[in-house]
Amino acid sequence: MKNIKLKALTKSLWVFHLCIGGSCNNCDIEILDLLTPRYDVERFGIMLVGSIRHADVLLITGSLSRKAAPRAKRLYEQMPKPGVVVAVGSCALGRGIFKDGYNTPCPLDELIPVDLYIPGCPPKPEAMITGIVRLVKKVRGEK
Amino acid sequence: MILFNYLVFPGFLFSAVVGLIASWVDRKVTARVQWRVGPPWYQNFVDFLKLLGKETILPQGNKITFLIAPIFGLISVTLVATIIGRMLINPAESFLGDLIVVLYLLVIPAITVILGAGSSGNPLASTGASREMKLVLAYEFPFILAVVTVIIKSSVSIKLGEIIACQMNNGAILGSISGLIAFIVAVLCMQAKLGLVPFDVSEAEQEIMAGVLIEYSGFLLAIFKLMKSMLLYVMPLFLISLFWAANTGIYSLIGKYVLLLVIIILVKNTAPRVRIDQAMRFFWGPVSLLATVAIILALLGL
Repeated sequence: MKNIKLKALTKSLWVFHLCIGGSCNNCDIEILDLLTPRYDVERFGIMLVGSIRHADVLLITGSLSRKAAPRAKRLYEQMPKPGVVVAVGSCALGRGIFKDGYNTPCPLDELIPVDLYIPGCPPKPEAMITGIVRLVKKVRGEK
Repeated sequence: MILFNYLVFPGFLFSAVVGLIASWVDRKVTARVQWRVGPPWYQNFVDFLKLLGKETILPQGNKITFLIAPIFGLISVTLVATIIGRMLINPAESFLGDLIVVLYLLVIPAITVILGAGSSGNPLASTGASREMKLVLAYEFPFILAVVTVIIKSSVSIKLGEIIACQMNNGAILGSISGLIAFIVAVLCMQAKLGLVPFDVSEAEQEIMAGVLIEYSGFLLAIFKLMKSMLLYVMPLFLISLFWAANTGIYSLIGKYVLLLVIIILVKNTAPRVRIDQAMRFFWGPVSLLATVAIILALLGL
């Protein structure tokens, strides 16, 4: 039963895209590339949804800013479980060039648990697909 | 037998499977129009299964209404599917006024969406609910006028079975001028009833984040999605039995259904979303006028 649940989950990942604070929006553009005819991740059931309540994946870009931190935490708590958190781009991973900024208190994974890190500035769509494939394998318990 | 009809054959199970496959056709054709590959055929079943396994979050607000609303919507759509399915199999089973019963039952999904959204207490959901309410007021008037045309054409009968039998004997209502005009009106209203582009203002993903459904998650969202999919099966079938039921053989029904589905999908993919005031002006203006013309022509015997 649990297996069916996990399999269904990995076959239909609904993504909520959140950009927290300092970001140049380049990662966001690369993410939207995934939905275009060239990559078309809807083949695998991956969809962008408008509400966090519908989402299975909380996809975060940008370096965490002081103002956005409580909101990111709240969104994570609002996501119906089971769900995963994916951080995309150098900024989301380790604050990027804003590392010493007065407005970026901590990296994202000190605030909420991150399941998948996709590095790059910005990462290529292929890199994101590879990351998602690895995450799906991990969730299913495969090697 | 009644339970079997309600739960399995023309009712719940059958219409759910057909509805989910129809939604897949929708997604696949949309993908092909956009030069993409699109999801595999079982995608909507997987989505449904996944949502059943997710956590269901109840927001602060009226929890009982929030819980009951999707279930009531599902029940009423199932009832419509059963009634129309039985009528097409055997028109003699009709009872007096079942057309009016179906019309009422078809409004209930929209009402449950409004109730559910309103009880969640989310401001974006209430924006969506108010838009949905205005949309119901807008399309229900021309839709009923179109149905009245059918009633006049089939010698003032409010039994679905008699309407179907009348078409079997005298040819489809779609064949006459007034019938054709009323059919066009009904197709436009169907687009709004299904909540598809250009009339998806209540769910507008980009501006009010899924609007009426914003607070729904898990099992309740699954039921709402299933309800919408089943409406995608029930509404075209209702229009076919009203306007185009001269031949109710299984292949001719499938052919007509697919044709209507393709029309819906192509309109959905080629039209931009209209604002709610534009939608209301559209339905109360030109569409209602068209429906009135259809009624006058029908009264003149055309």
